[in-house]
Formats: sequence, C-alpha cells, structure tokens
Amino acid sequence: MSNQASTLFDKVWDAHVVRKIEDGPDVFFIDRHFIHEVTSPVAFLGLESRNIGVMYPERTFATADHNTPTINQHLPVADPLSANQLKALETNSAKYGISHWGLGHARNGIVHVVGPENGITLPGMTIVCGDSHTSTHGAFGAIAFGIGTSEVEMVLSSQCIMQPKPKKMRVNVNGKLGKGVTPKDVTLYIISKLTTAGATGYFVEYAGDVFENMSMEGRMTVCNMSIEMGARGGMIAPDETTFAYINGREQAPKGEKWDKALAYWKTLKTDEGAVFDKEYNFDAADIEPMITYGTNPGMGQGITKAIPTSDQVEGGKSTYDKSLNYMGFHENESMLGKKIDYVFIGSCTNGRIEDFRAFASIVKGRKKADNVTAWIVPGSHIVEAQIKEEGILDILTDAGFELRQPGCSACLAMNDDKIPAGKYAVSTSNRNFEGRQGPGARTLLASPLVAAAAAVTGVVTDPRTLL
Amino acid sequence: MAYDKFTILKSSAVPLPIENVDTDQIIPARFLKATKREGFGDNLFRDWRYNGDDTPKQDFVLNNPIYSGKILVGGRNFGSGSSREHAAWAIYDYGFRCVVSSFFADIFKGNSLNIGILPVQVSAEFLDKIFQAIEADPKAELEVNLPEQTITIVPTGEKESFDINGYKKHNMMNGFDDIDYLQAMKSEIKEFEAERIY
Repeated sequence: MSNQASTLFDKVWDAHVVRKIEDGPDVFFIDRHFIHEVTSPVAFLGLESRNIGVMYPERTFATADHNTPTINQHLPVADPLSANQLKALETNSAKYGISHWGLGHARNGIVHVVGPENGITLPGMTIVCGDSHTSTHGAFGAIAFGIGTSEVEMVLSSQCIMQPKPKKMRVNVNGKLGKGVTPKDVTLYIISKLTTAGATGYFVEYAGDVFENMSMEGRMTVCNMSIEMGARGGMIAPDETTFAYINGREQAPKGEKWDKALAYWKTLKTDEGAVFDKEYNFDAADIEPMITYGTNPGMGQGITKAIPTSDQVEGGKSTYDKSLNYMGFHENESMLGKKIDYVFIGSCTNGRIEDFRAFASIVKGRKKADNVTAWIVPGSHIVEAQIKEEGILDILTDAGFELRQPGCSACLAMNDDKIPAGKYAVSTSNRNFEGRQGPGARTLLASPLVAAAAAVTGVVTDPRTLL
Repeated sequence: MAYDKFTILKSSAVPLPIENVDTDQIIPARFLKATKREGFGDNLFRDWRYNGDDTPKQDFVLNNPIYSGKILVGGRNFGSGSSREHAAWAIYDYGFRCVVSSFFADIFKGNSLNIGILPVQVSAEFLDKIFQAIEADPKAELEVNLPEQTITIVPTGEKESFDINGYKKHNMMNGFDDIDYLQAMKSEIKEFEAERIY
C-alpha cells in the first residue's frame, strides 16, 4: 500500500486499468455502458463486419431518447429515418441480448436520467456512452464520460476502451447560495469563469459545502455540464445524500451486497493533502441567477448584467462579433427585458423532478405569457409520473402549459421539436451553439427558475422578483 | 473500420480561422439519422455552407474554389461539444486527412485518431503563420510528417514539432485500430472482469 494521498478520481481510475501501454493510453475497463439509437448503429455494423460479438451484454443498457417524438408516442414514428434508427436499436439489442427500454417502455427516458433513477449508476463505477453528457453520472462518484462510436464498438466487443489518463482539476465552491440561485446557475457560473475550453484535458472534482448541501438532482446538473468547459467529466464524492438516493432503487444492490458496496463507497473520497494539477475556488455569494448571451456555454453571466464588450472576454474579436451577430445582440445591452419566443424545460441537464418543482414554484398562480410557446418535457416516464403524482401537472395546466412526453427533444432538435430560425428560446438544456435547437435558433441557457420567469412574463426576467 | 495509412501528407489547406468550431457546426444533429457510415461529407458544415433553401453560401470557405486540399486548418478549440464521431466521419468523408489547430477538444481529438484523421496541434503563433501563408497564396502547401512529428509551411520553410503518443502514431502509420489490439487481450480482460464487484 502506498502512503501517498490520492484523489477520488485516481482511486476509481486506477481500479479500472487492465493494462498500461508504454507511451500510450491505458486499457480501461468499463463497468456500465449505455447506448442510444444515434451513436450505436455503426458500432453494431462494425461488429458484424469483423464477425465478433458482444463480450458482456449484461453490462450494456439501451434506451431510445435522442430521436423520439415527445407527443403521440403511441403512434408509429412519422420520420422514416428516425423510425429506422429506433428499429435498429431494438433489433441490435435483441440480437445481442442487451436490455432495451424502447419508446413506450415504462422505464424509457433520457439515458442520463434513467440510469441513475433505476439504480444502474453507482459510486466507484466507470460509465461510458456515446454521448458527451455521460458526465452526468459523475454525481455519484463514478468516472463517467462520453465516447465516440469507434469506442462504443470497443466496449461492446471487449468491455474496454483505450484512454490516456486526464489531468486532475478541483473546483471548490463554498458558502451559501442566494435566493433563486440553483445548481444550474452554479455550473453556468463556473463555466463562465473557466470558459468553454478551460477544463479541456482535465477531469474535474467538485468539492465544497455548496455541493455537499446539494441534492442528487442538483449534483447531476452540475456534473452534466462539465463537458461544456471542455472537461471529459466531473465527479462528486459520494456521501449520505448519494447513498439515500440509491437505496431501494430497482437495480441497486440489496442485502449483503448493499452492505459490501456501502463499505467500499465510503472509501471513495479525496485524501487530505492529495494534489491536483489545477484548482479553483469560488464563493457561493458571488453567484446570481445566470443566463447566456452568446453561442457557447462559457458566454454566460449574472442575469442583471450587461453584455460584455469584446475586450472584456477571452478570444478573438471576430469570433465574438460573429457570435453576438448570430444572437442579434449588441455589446453593453441589458439581458433583462429581452423578448423571448420559446421556453424549453427538460433535457439530461434539467429534466428531473426537482427541475419541474422549481418551474412550478414560479408559474403557480400565474399564466403563461401569450407570446411564448413552451415545451415542457420530462426526462423519463418516471419523472412524468412524479409530475402527475405531486400535483405539478395541475399547476402547469392551470397556468396554460402542456406537458409533453419524455425524450431529448429541443435540446438538440433531432426530432420535430425545433426552435424556428431567428426565434429566442430560454432553455434549461446544455448548449447554445449556433443551430443547436434548430437551424437559426437562438438559445439562452438558464435554470428552470429563469425559464419559468421568462415563460410567465414573455421577457428575460430575474426570477428573484417573482419568488 | 479500416482507414488509409498516414505517413507524410503534403497538400494545400483549407483555412477556417474561427475559434470554438463545435461539433454541431461540423455536422448538425438533424443529419445524424443514418444507420450506416455513408455520405456524411455532404453535410459537413451544413448550416455554414448552405442557405435554408440548400443554395451554397458564397462567402463560406468550402464554397470558394480557390481553396482546396486534404488539410483543414481551424481556429483555437476545434471540435468542442458533442461526442458524435459523425463529426470526424464528415471531415474524413469530405476528403480531409488532417486537421490543424492550436487547441482541440478531447473527444473530437480521440475520435479523429480512431478513424484515421491526424489532429495536429501547433502553437498559436505557428497557427497564425499558417493562416498568413494561405492568405498570401491559397495554394500554399503544408507538409505534415508523422514519422518525424513535424509540420512545415512549404513556401516559407517554417517548421514546428507536434505531439502524438507512440501507440497512436504506430496505429496511424499502419492503419491499425484499437479493436484489433483489444481482441488480442481478451483473456486478460476476462480475468480482470471476474474480480469486479459489479
């Protein structure tokens, strides 16, 4: 045993290295592999052309989410290309004996929502998926990150990928969050400070009492967005909040297995004195409700602030000008009061029950603004059921909102949920890239509270004035 | 999937001096619906390249016939965003074999290496020199030498070294991929798996 203090990340990483290649990557073992319809078909074709099989089908879980419609899910999918991808996922899963939660399945939903809520995601695991927001699962103290389709094929065929070990970063946020400041604001704040590429090459650990006091839903929101500052993933040490969340979930360990797992999970924390390659410290009191004004998630700021000038931000002026021009915004303008057209609440970032509770807390007793089209999309059928059970649906209906069915929806606009060109959407999703929510769509990333405030006022509004 | 071996590539280059070129620009999500790896090059940079009515945008570099070549030169933080390997497939399918930038997003870089595109990371200063050389002469060639790990601006002779790990370099030079390697160590993986607690 080495006496050297090590980080949470080191402990989990080192426990999964099958072989170290000199002057090369580690052969890295994967405990859980999630697949969806978009990034898996070519991997299965690869298996066929090589004439190799799936090594451990019980370690892979399939769910349909990226391409699925969010209304009339009982009807055949109208778009033939989408229908074909969904069918391919079903056929491939059946052929290789992989668990498949397709459209209409009671446990179907967004992959990064259903994994945790069914107890598939556990502390100390390595988890990958052909989706960059796999970082979400890091909220449980797992090493979780997105991979490409070649790597999906590697995991299917050998349960391993070839991965150079990233550098380590710790982001500490301490203090008390103000009224109306949510986990989404915490992550948008961190990304605005580090910039969209500030954590590229690193794996992040989030530490400090802000995260310790955060719910699992909130921690998932934070870890989900790690990729938006370039980090491969982010993780938070598991604690009593984590264990309480997992306990009793369908696929979580039970009985003796639970006791054994729990004893292991309690060792999963960064030792005193462990060294990170980079470390940042932020004060919770400095964080306001956030909103983005540009075309990458690092272009965000407190909702009361004016849009910066190009000399106040990192990067070249031409790139900055291109971004503001796309958004139809100008330097020094206030974000407050800007008219908006669409509101989207949902996605693997903010599609969990807590997000809909937050949204409902503001719309309760108010009415949807006439100029706003709102898409309210639960992350899974289980979340959808919770929304109904808790009376949130009644609040939404009274305020003039409709609830849609689960899926990735307008976050990436692969299905019909596209924001029209030139229109402004306040969105609880994760990316405000050009065209992300539809060709020409203009995205303002924000929390469910900011989305709710915009939905009832029709303009960008500080949610603190409505709480 | 097999790809062409990569040793020395001497070619003119296509300049894209924009920072944070994300994977949604390289290939928008609505073009990810195929179940085969075919034809992605047609939709490379779709919304920068074409208007809504599918007519080409004349001011976009891929629509400007004076630029061509197998090397794409992008601004800082190239390939950020999604893990979609389709972005790398689109670049490969269009005909590029090498992308040069002063900084790459991690997943894009890994995906590129896995399918036979060489990502060459140069200093910000050298990147500027490349853009200047192409501005001076759109046919200016770059020479990317993988065995030597160097990139040279042919007309000026300016040269810089780049990093790549020995394992990936060997793969690229021989057209090997990781699956061959992993298939050869399955018994070792089996022993490892047997010891996992879950």
